[in-house]
Amino acid sequence: MSEATIPNEVMISAEKLRKSFGEFEAVKGIDFNISRGEVVGFLGPNGAGKSTTMKMLTGFLNPDGGRATIGGVAVAKSPKVAQANLGYLPENAPMYEDMMVVDFLHFIADVRGVSEDIRKKRMREIGERCGVMDVLGKDLGQLSKGYRQRVGLAQAMIHDPDLLILDEPTSGLDPNQIIEIRELIKELGREKTILLSTHILPEVEATCGRIIIINEGKLVADEATEALMARQSGTILRVTMCPKNGTPLDGERMQGLLVQLPGVLKVLEVESNDLAEHERGYTVSVEGREDPRADIFNTVVDENAIILDMYRERISLEDTFRQLTRAEEV
Amino acid sequence: MRNVRAIAKKELASYFDSPVAYIVIGSFLLVAGWMFFSSFFLMERADMRTFFAPSPFSPSMLLVVIVPAVTMRLISEEKKSGTLELLTTMPLTDTEVVLGKFLAAMGLLSVGLFSTLVYALCISAIGPLDWGPILSGYFGLFLFVAAMVSIGLWCSSLTDNQIVAFILSFMICSGLYFVYWLQFFMPQGMAGIVEYLSTSFHLDNLSRGVIDTRDVLYYLSLIIGGLFLTIRSLGSEQA
Repeated sequence: MSEATIPNEVMISAEKLRKSFGEFEAVKGIDFNISRGEVVGFLGPNGAGKSTTMKMLTGFLNPDGGRATIGGVAVAKSPKVAQANLGYLPENAPMYEDMMVVDFLHFIADVRGVSEDIRKKRMREIGERCGVMDVLGKDLGQLSKGYRQRVGLAQAMIHDPDLLILDEPTSGLDPNQIIEIRELIKELGREKTILLSTHILPEVEATCGRIIIINEGKLVADEATEALMARQSGTILRVTMCPKNGTPLDGERMQGLLVQLPGVLKVLEVESNDLAEHERGYTVSVEGREDPRADIFNTVVDENAIILDMYRERISLEDTFRQLTRAEEV
Repeated sequence: MRNVRAIAKKELASYFDSPVAYIVIGSFLLVAGWMFFSSFFLMERADMRTFFAPSPFSPSMLLVVIVPAVTMRLISEEKKSGTLELLTTMPLTDTEVVLGKFLAAMGLLSVGLFSTLVYALCISAIGPLDWGPILSGYFGLFLFVAAMVSIGLWCSSLTDNQIVAFILSFMICSGLYFVYWLQFFMPQGMAGIVEYLSTSFHLDNLSRGVIDTRDVLYYLSLIIGGLFLTIRSLGSEQA
């Protein structure tokens, strides 16, 4: 609640968090810190321990070992202080099915101690932001999945917390709703610290500045989104060209020339029916953040050919994710 | 306190927004009225002794069935639907949650219970009524109900299945109620202990118009014990 913003102030920290359910060890010692203002994506395959970790951070589950702190306050020691500054959307947005949306939000506002004089304004503000104004009079049990998630978000923000922990905020939504919620999270990220779990990867690429990946209860990656995407992979360039004056191009010669360019790892000739006669396509794998596009252009021109198109494809987070979480299994 | 009120308000709203409250109050008034007045005119006495005194056919016996039905969903439903996660991650203590729910159930049952004051008013119109035993009778029934709510709340916190919660608390409440009549079949030494353990025994004492601290203490310890167990059971959920 304090206005004083200390840069790099740690808002969430997990220190060697552990949790077992009977024989099954769901979380096996996870460490991370999240600073004020960060929007962090929490990724992992189903059953990796994402929800369990979030439940320990929010104080629903007591860890078997390690420590969780929220805004510098130990959750296990003084849960109420820690929880006061936190908005939490649990998985599947559990709600009182027989309650009306407006009553539910009032109830949460009561429990969160939102004072009467600002409540009306706050309710309208949050209601409009989350797009729940037109369902206020409906029972929660009748809401569609999309509206449910939005009410869940509204519920988490009603007391204007600095910190939001969202467990799969877009699960079960249709593509339009996903984009809406994503936009909302992006907007919120400008003023709040957010930890959100998901297994929808484009969502993280679009909204999160940093990504934490866990697999089988262990941390496998904790990096800035950009760094993580660049790490394994670099980029791929797809180039299509045709000869300037009708004489067919020497495919192998061109391939050889391209491979020698700085930053280029591999060049493959594309065989596709989409290519017209005399046209040739190449897939150029580029190392890290190198950008050989200008060199490619010059080389092709020197060979008396014309570039028809050239576009850059990033290796998606999906590939990185798969590599990281599969490698663990082997 | 603010939080207790918020929880109680929510629970009361959920009782009164659904048919639950009206069915509970309506059926209690109907059946308790019939139980009481069917013998009232035979006694030809202007008192309510038979209304308060425990017997296998009395309003208090009816409450042994009604109270578990009122309390069964209070916590088990939160467990089943996952809203317990919402509640426990709010800045609320387990004590506040349990007290709020306890007060809501008491609120609903008190409406039913004190509606029967109408009977007393009717009787006082017929003949001279001694209000002393009536007040102590109501006091006794109120404590009796509170003790059972406390037990029912605990049973509800043990399971995520409302039916299980109902049967469990009905078994405990009816056991404590009916054991009073079993004492006649017991050896001398045990009878006294069994009698003291029974909710009916203390209700019988209070219905006579005597407020004895031992009876009040008995109910208070049941209430506090039940609430304590409920709070502990909620806390262990997080382990």
